[in-house]
Amino acid sequence: MLTLIAVSTLQPMTDFAQVVQTLRPQLLRFAHAQLRNEAWAEDAVSDTVLAALAKPQAFAGQSQLKTWLVGILKHKLVDQIRRHSREVSATTSEDEEDIDGLLFDQTGHWRESPAEWGDPEAACGRREFFEVLEICVENLPGVQGRVFMMREWLELDSAEICKELGITATNLWVLLHRARLRLQGCLQERWFGRANAVT
Amino acid sequence: MKLFIFRNCREVTELVLGAFDRRLGPVERLALRIHMKICAACPKFSRQAALMRQALPRWRAYRDGT
Repeated sequence: MLTLIAVSTLQPMTDFAQVVQTLRPQLLRFAHAQLRNEAWAEDAVSDTVLAALAKPQAFAGQSQLKTWLVGILKHKLVDQIRRHSREVSATTSEDEEDIDGLLFDQTGHWRESPAEWGDPEAACGRREFFEVLEICVENLPGVQGRVFMMREWLELDSAEICKELGITATNLWVLLHRARLRLQGCLQERWFGRANAVT
Repeated sequence: MKLFIFRNCREVTELVLGAFDRRLGPVERLALRIHMKICAACPKFSRQAALMRQALPRWRAYRDGT
């Protein structure tokens, strides 16, 4: 806490660099969740740290340092996605898996009815719920995970995602559909289907 | 010709989730409403999806420290 106050009152550069450095592991985790590639994630985080250190005055203490850095990181991640667009959108067999086929029978009916999840506030009020959601997102197959994060974390619209990755809108919707189905399944398994959801 | 306002559960979940990312057409919206009246399972799925929709901005805030 003391260090953060020092940063916001423009202490010498070295202090600032140190605090930025302590946030690096977290930035790296975010970058990896988005890109699913160690080397690109390292590049994005290095670019972020360099940009932050070059312009410490841009962080005028108006927000949390982490929030400011994540904002920069998001731009650097889009740069990486652009640079590696072909590999970013190369689907794996897991991406291609017909998850609908597991949930529905030949006639298109549910094999097993979805469960009642209850009051959204009960889940959203729990920090642990978001930790589970985070794990579920990290467990998505490669391209599904990337496009889901582009949509829901980087907050890009469908047209932008299609443009950056060179895929069609139909392609993107299939990927997002599968990602969302998987997420709901994962939350059922890891949260709502367990006792900890109601306690 | 298939009556396009009648969809099965598999097709309906596609519309429920599709609404996150695109604007549904009038026939799709009608098909969705009709199906929800005659199906016991899909309204539950739809409530799950609604919970997800509420949770995602908060997940962003949780991650980003805002």
